[in-house]
Amino acid sequence: MARTRGGAPRSSAPYLFLTPAIVLFLLFLAVPIGYTVHLALRRTRVSGLGLGKGSRREVFVGLDNLRAAVADGELWAGWLRVLGYGALVLVVMLGLALLFALLLDSAYVRLARFSRIAIFLPYAVPGVVASLLWGFLYLPSLTPIGGIDFLSASAVTYSMANVAVWGGTGFNMLVLYTNLRAIPRSYYEAARMDGASELAIALRVKIPMLVPAIILTTVFSIIATIQVFTEPTTLRPFSNTISSTWSPLMKVYRDAFVTGDLYSAAATSLVIAAVSLVLSFGFLRVVRGRAFGESR
Amino acid sequence: MRTQRLAIAAALATLFAAGCGGTAETPEAAPATAASSAPAGPVSLIYWTWAPNMDKIVAVWNQANPDIQVTVSKQAGGDDAAAKFLTAAKAGNAPDLVQAEYQHLPSFIAADAVADIAAETAAVKPEFSAGLWGLVTLGTDAVYAIPQDSGPMMLYYRKDLFEKYGIAVPKTWAEYAEAARIVHKADPKVYLGSFSSKDPGWFAGLAQQAGAQWWSISGEAWKVGINDTATTKVADFWGGLVQEGVIDDQPYFTPEWNKALNNGTQLSWPSAVWGPGVLESNAPKGKGKWAIAPLPQWNAGENFSGFWGGSSTAVSATSKNRAAAVKFATWLNTDPQGIDLLVKEAFVYPASGKGQAALGTPPAYFAESQPDFWQQAATIGASARGFTFGPNVGVTYNAYKDAFDKALQDKSPFSASVGTMQDTTVADMRKSGFTLAQ
Repeated sequence: MARTRGGAPRSSAPYLFLTPAIVLFLLFLAVPIGYTVHLALRRTRVSGLGLGKGSRREVFVGLDNLRAAVADGELWAGWLRVLGYGALVLVVMLGLALLFALLLDSAYVRLARFSRIAIFLPYAVPGVVASLLWGFLYLPSLTPIGGIDFLSASAVTYSMANVAVWGGTGFNMLVLYTNLRAIPRSYYEAARMDGASELAIALRVKIPMLVPAIILTTVFSIIATIQVFTEPTTLRPFSNTISSTWSPLMKVYRDAFVTGDLYSAAATSLVIAAVSLVLSFGFLRVVRGRAFGESR
Repeated sequence: MRTQRLAIAAALATLFAAGCGGTAETPEAAPATAASSAPAGPVSLIYWTWAPNMDKIVAVWNQANPDIQVTVSKQAGGDDAAAKFLTAAKAGNAPDLVQAEYQHLPSFIAADAVADIAAETAAVKPEFSAGLWGLVTLGTDAVYAIPQDSGPMMLYYRKDLFEKYGIAVPKTWAEYAEAARIVHKADPKVYLGSFSSKDPGWFAGLAQQAGAQWWSISGEAWKVGINDTATTKVADFWGGLVQEGVIDDQPYFTPEWNKALNNGTQLSWPSAVWGPGVLESNAPKGKGKWAIAPLPQWNAGENFSGFWGGSSTAVSATSKNRAAAVKFATWLNTDPQGIDLLVKEAFVYPASGKGQAALGTPPAYFAESQPDFWQQAATIGASARGFTFGPNVGVTYNAYKDAFDKALQDKSPFSASVGTMQDTTVADMRKSGFTLAQ
């Protein structure tokens, strides 16, 4: 309709088309983030007994909450726990996913379609259900595997990592496998002509070609690990060994909904977001040369 | 240029109007100021509760009161429900009525989320014991809720297995400890009971029995005494038994614990009057084998109990129909018809004295082993003493779970965990700015 008025017809169109995206971005990303920052800078101050009207008001406290969040030893202990858990999950899950993808792509495997679905299936099980299923298998009096206390202090990290590996391997396997299928078969023929064995092709042709996909799955997995919440929260009632602040995100949940301190929760969320950014982008920066330098 | 901006503005306006459709109800909020004046025409109230079959109870009310229509919104119980209500109140869309556990009521009051209904409830005060009434007034002149049910604590025990192991029902906690040793010695797989690091409400009840006062109000200041002598005594008693290995340390309400109750490897449970429902669903095999007795005492000859759980009906501070909401809450919790429905449909142990006296037929689970269940419960209930809950029970209860989990792992003394609860609670109150008496 701008065109009929004879104004600047070509320059208004892009804005119009962009509007939905901008509005969605503002409503569902910028505003919530802004509100989180707003909350993180404030706190309620109570006077006297804190009962009755007007005894409670919100005040601006500057960086106090953020400072307290960063200085909280429990948060960093949580990071350490998650780091150990994450290292375990990343290595085992991505290792298995790569192994399965290569096996499925190799010429030798029978029942490839069935195996692919079987490995992928756990990903379709919601995290809470998976944790409950495994939780029941872990409980000493219910487990079919005797002799090990899966929920003891020394074993609980492995037990939780196991749930994550079980649930996540299939998805990562599928991403890697799909990428493998996209590699032109002629490369393999060339390698075979040069006398390469299947193993050599896997190690020296397929894996190098897969590097961008491996990096992608690693970044996704790092982010998922930083945000680990479902497994420990679901398993917590079963055991004495998982505290309410086991992972950083659990601390946010506890602050916001158990102890009713939205302000600290907001501040801790910002710290977690910062750490996620640093870790993911840090990882990308380290591997950027390898991955995208080659593929471009 | 102008047309361009106009186009953008128009597009934005359309989108915002579409996106914010939810706020179209705002004009309705206008008469909010006329809070307690008699409303004209039928009033509709939203009631958040997790009591079973409350919809059936409300249907009876709605039938008889076409002017005040109540809609039940079923909630998950416990701490989650409290968190949800506080969040809703903060967001300005709280329900008119809410089921409030006694320990969470102070945090609702502190958040200014529930209304003071002292004027409307003066008539029903005599229906309730002074102890229960104190839980909804916090010892002030205000009244923040009407008591619904209460949870006096007693000892549930396996009658048949007590006989088998040759132990008498313990009258004191010292006898309880002795019985625990005998049972565990006779069969290392069997425990007299379990210490649960996941149930702060249970521990609070045992502390109340011992005479603890975790919070109290003196003048214009809060006094926090979680690490008082009584509580420390209770903690160290259980800590000693756990460290000796004669009491289990499984949390309650886990599949593991259910199994132990069901297969007779756990012989007793200090619990509240609502225990039959739990036993019936979690230990179906024990039907007709469990009996109740008063909690063991700290000193021979004493007769005290505490409270675990129990809840009240509160009216939210933002309700536009306060008078109607109070009318419904009063009917539900004090009218013979309301109480009768509560008992029969929602299986609660009513807070009202008249309601308690009217209980006759024992729970089916106890029909054979304890036919006088309600009479026993009433006697025990009369001996229960509570304490005022503070404005940050969520913090304290969470500290309980983490501190006792840690004590169980590190095999450290339980009294230290009580100290952690005290420190965490005081630090949180100080951070918020509450006035504390020292």
